[in-house]
Amino acid sequence: MKMKLEKHTNKKKQLKQAIAFNLFRLMSFGVVAVLAIILLFIIVRGASAINWTFLTAMPEEGMTKGGIFPAIIGTFYLIGGSMLFACPIGVLSAIYIHEYTKAGFIKRFIKLMTNNLAGIPSIVFGLFGMTLFVNTLGFGDSILAGSLTLGLLSLPVVIRTTEEALKSVDDSFRIGSYALGATKLQTIRKVILPIAFPNIITGLILSIGRVSGETAPILFTVAAYFLPKLPTSIFDQTMALPYHLYVISTSGTNVEASRPMAYGTALVLIAIVLIVNLLANGLRRYFGNKVKMN
Amino acid sequence: MYKIQARHVSLYYNDFHALKGITMDFLPNTVTALIGPSGCGKSTFLRVFNRMNDLISGVKISGNVMIDGEDIYESKKDIDELRKKVGMVFQKPNPFPKSIFENVAYGLRVNGENDKKFIEERVERSLVQSALWEEVKDKLKKSAFELSGGQQQRLCIARALAIEPSILLMDEPASALDPISTAKIEELIYELKKNYTIIIVTHNMQQAGRVSDKTAFFYIGELIEYGDTKEIFTNPKNPRTQNYITGRFG
Ligand SMILES: Nc1ncnc2c1ncn2[C@@H]1O[C@H](COP(=O)(O)OP(=O)(O)OP(=O)(O)O)[C@@H](O)[C@H]1O
Ligand SMILES: [Mg+2]
Repeated sequence: MKMKLEKHTNKKKQLKQAIAFNLFRLMSFGVVAVLAIILLFIIVRGASAINWTFLTAMPEEGMTKGGIFPAIIGTFYLIGGSMLFACPIGVLSAIYIHEYTKAGFIKRFIKLMTNNLAGIPSIVFGLFGMTLFVNTLGFGDSILAGSLTLGLLSLPVVIRTTEEALKSVDDSFRIGSYALGATKLQTIRKVILPIAFPNIITGLILSIGRVSGETAPILFTVAAYFLPKLPTSIFDQTMALPYHLYVISTSGTNVEASRPMAYGTALVLIAIVLIVNLLANGLRRYFGNKVKMN
Repeated sequence: MYKIQARHVSLYYNDFHALKGITMDFLPNTVTALIGPSGCGKSTFLRVFNRMNDLISGVKISGNVMIDGEDIYESKKDIDELRKKVGMVFQKPNPFPKSIFENVAYGLRVNGENDKKFIEERVERSLVQSALWEEVKDKLKKSAFELSGGQQQRLCIARALAIEPSILLMDEPASALDPISTAKIEELIYELKKNYTIIIVTHNMQQAGRVSDKTAFFYIGELIEYGDTKEIFTNPKNPRTQNYITGRFG
């Protein structure tokens, strides 16, 4: 009798397990499927537009012909510029927050602020960037103003991922270092940062992914509607992929005729983000191995 | 002349009274064992001497600790300097994710030593002292994580020895090790006594008996009995001490 009961509950348990397992599996497969469909859609539509001229020529005939070269270059400038600004500031503030402040009001306040900053819609950053960098500081519509705005946007991500990276460094390493008479700065430089480095890099590159696709923050600060030449200084305007995509999909001279160009642009943008992410993984592996050895 | 003098040392973790007015003197070139049931404050007391408790938030300490006649808790005290003089080995081996060589060289480097030759010599000497040299001399560039637990612990001892402290604090240094590694570390402690003042926390009564000259028995934050190890183990004055070392409680 007792045996039977056990068997029964056992079966029930197994059934529950199976249902849960399959439900989770279904969900994750669903997510992957949706992503794959989006990718496939863009690839199928965009591939036909992509050729050497498309990647290396200036746009022509009201952006229905020619290439997207200035937009690609512009996007790389903006990525570089924003990271130049956000990486040092973000990493240093994260170090300050995690290694220097004691648990308490200041720490909680800074955390609250950075988290809130992360939640602000990017268009608001665009407005702010326009007011501060374009007008007040007088940079005009320029790569400088756009990079600073994008940099601000990515700061919370950089800070948060760096903080996570520092948090994952076991305290026994810090204690071991202090016990040998190392100062806090030495401990951070020689022990903590090398260990946290692979994860910090990953965070930085993830935020590059975010920056490279944003349209709103560059709308009022740098992006040119149509500018068939390359920028020559940081005070020049530039075209950029996301904005270009927006323009030729909505308000180009001939939206229908630009369609293939639009999908081609989207494909290039996605390819850049994918490459950057692959790079992040590669770097993390590379440095992950190196840390143990040096 | 005493190497270390602790006077009425009291320590609080926030509201919790972890050390209750401990007064104790340590002679140079002796090994002192701290024994007592889990949670009685041995590790806490050990961390008093290199001010590692300072790193824990909510710690308040009062009383007086003199090392070589200097008050280590005076406000102008350079704590990094203190920690160079008072080395520490932890219960769990905690080598850095660096090579074996760099682990031992770390303390020298953070102390501003740049002379390559000097560092190499000192690393070798420390590894010989910690009885690890023969096992690692051909793979100094390999990651310290490739060593066994016992080897890692001896590496951590070498790391502490490299900067030539005069006091060595050891918190259950052999508790995670097999009998052979343990024996090696005990031999090592015996050797090191010639040059160092050693305070060791241990739960192993045989070990305390084997390696130490003096033994101190702690119980819930208080120092119950302190004296020559032989005396404590053969003729304890306090019944609590007797109960503990004969295994009747704790
Ligand atoms: N960081 C801390 N915060 C709060 N209380 C602590 C902290 N560290 C230790 N304590 C408390 O202080 C008391 C003494 O702890 P300690 O680690 O010194 O004991 P111990 O004698 O070393 O024990 P064990 O033999 O288990 O290592 C314990 O009751 C412990 O709970
Ligand atoms: Mg302890």
